[in-house]
Amino acid sequence: MMDLQPALNAMQERFGVRSQTYRGEISLHVAPNRIIPVAQALRDDFGFDRLADLTAVDYWPQEKPRFHVVVQLYHTEARQYLRLRTALEGNAPGLPTLTGVFLNANWYEREVWDMFGIRFEGHLDLRRIIMPADWEGHPLRKDYPLGYEEVQFTFNYDEILTRKPQPME
Amino acid sequence: MTETRNIEISELRHLVSERALEGETMLLNMGPQHPATHGVLRLMLELDGEEVVNCIPDIGFLHTGVEKDMESKIYQKAEVMTDRLDYLNPIGNNLVFCLAVEKLADLDVPARAQGIRVILAELTRLSSHLLWLGTSGLDVGAMSLFLYTMREREIIQDIFELCSGQRMMTTYVRPGGLWRDIPVEFEGAVRSFIEIMPRRIEEYESLLNENPIFLERTAGIGVLTYENALRWGATGPIARASGVALDIRKAMPYMGYEQYDFDIPTRAEGDVLARYLVRVAEMRESLKIIRQALDKLPYGPVNSNNRKYVPPPRSEIGVSMEALIHHFKLWTEGFTIPKGAIYAAAESPRGELGVYLESDGGSKPYRIHYRTPSFAALQLMPLLAKGHFVADLVAIIASIDIVLGDTDR
Repeated sequence: MMDLQPALNAMQERFGVRSQTYRGEISLHVAPNRIIPVAQALRDDFGFDRLADLTAVDYWPQEKPRFHVVVQLYHTEARQYLRLRTALEGNAPGLPTLTGVFLNANWYEREVWDMFGIRFEGHLDLRRIIMPADWEGHPLRKDYPLGYEEVQFTFNYDEILTRKPQPME
Repeated sequence: MTETRNIEISELRHLVSERALEGETMLLNMGPQHPATHGVLRLMLELDGEEVVNCIPDIGFLHTGVEKDMESKIYQKAEVMTDRLDYLNPIGNNLVFCLAVEKLADLDVPARAQGIRVILAELTRLSSHLLWLGTSGLDVGAMSLFLYTMREREIIQDIFELCSGQRMMTTYVRPGGLWRDIPVEFEGAVRSFIEIMPRRIEEYESLLNENPIFLERTAGIGVLTYENALRWGATGPIARASGVALDIRKAMPYMGYEQYDFDIPTRAEGDVLARYLVRVAEMRESLKIIRQALDKLPYGPVNSNNRKYVPPPRSEIGVSMEALIHHFKLWTEGFTIPKGAIYAAAESPRGELGVYLESDGGSKPYRIHYRTPSFAALQLMPLLAKGHFVADLVAIIASIDIVLGDTDR
């Protein structure tokens, strides 16, 4: 197995990222404004050539910043994964899109926008992907109600809307 | 009162060509209810005559909110939902969930359980490829093949029923091991299956490999080049048919895959035919793995001895107070997992199946995300469909082998 330590040290020097190892998996904590150069450097200089997964986690209400975007990169030669974590401030955050670096980030980012309401700036096709186009709210947020909701009909829609839990925007 | 919103064509302006806005090309919906889309997939097609100019996949019709739902269920209950994602690979889905839980909890799995897991995972791969072979044969007009592949698939389902009592949604693989040991009839059933199977695969090949209609419909259709396979991060048979020798079983062995001798079949062409050939070759490799795993299968327990995660055997509950407490605790509030995050990946019949699991130290997953191969494969659809006829589109959808339960989650 190839040693990734030189790559991590170089990343630390160049971008000031913090690395953390847990159960043999390496995570890099990246500032939101550095995500593009970091991903670019990892792809071009250190051989992390495949984006395996991109998702997000919501830590509301116990933690601030609330959202983390989590990216899994794969190194074909070293046969290892590397995780990038980016903490995002605010209830309707944004992050530069990774589609310029990894083409297949496209749908993953659309899914994160759909499910968490995190905007990816510069994304060419940021529409909802799984929920219907006119859906309100972002279901995987922790403040999105999970069941036990009154059903709204056309005749009492507004009445029930007033006492429904409202997702923060 | 909120109004229903109409989606205007101008909102899709960036996805269609200029000519569509002037009405020169036709926009056509294929699906969501269409026999060739293998589920509820909607493709918005921009057509110039019979030729596809642009293809815009629209998914989400089978969204069941599994990821959200699992956040409110203890791990044992959450696992039951994973079968339903990719319903052609239920044991693979269970397996990758258990891999994530075991990795995060640092839980050991006995060698016998690992061997049985490998046998079952490879049987699932075979059953998934058999269904794929039958239905994609149907899509390009080879009707009789479906009957033969379903015949063999039935044998596999009987084996699943034999060990778990269920034909499809088994939930047989559990964190720390298996639900219970395999019955004595299992070995004989699997052995007789791998005995007849090579002959049957030859039978399928004799129906397709030199069939001029099949070759005409598949050769040179939906080509994914080596460069594009890399740039788009393709995995599984799709990548291997384009010459990318990526297989998680070889690259990052789990469940003791490193002890088995098998090859990664690859092709260079990257078309529909190459994907067919790769999958059929993979079926032979799976048989090889099953044979080796059966020969090597050790005796011993099938569950970890760690009682904080694995319920005690029934026989102990009557005699040990501690066992009774563990049993009660595990089935009421479940087990807790140390705080942390993990990404576990396995090779499903469709490609890399990953689970990102995050625990807050409680007994329910704080966040669980399934990185599903069908979702990733469907993303390639616009690329593959461009320039082909609508009839070829059917062959392309079949060749990327998507399961909509897996895409929409």
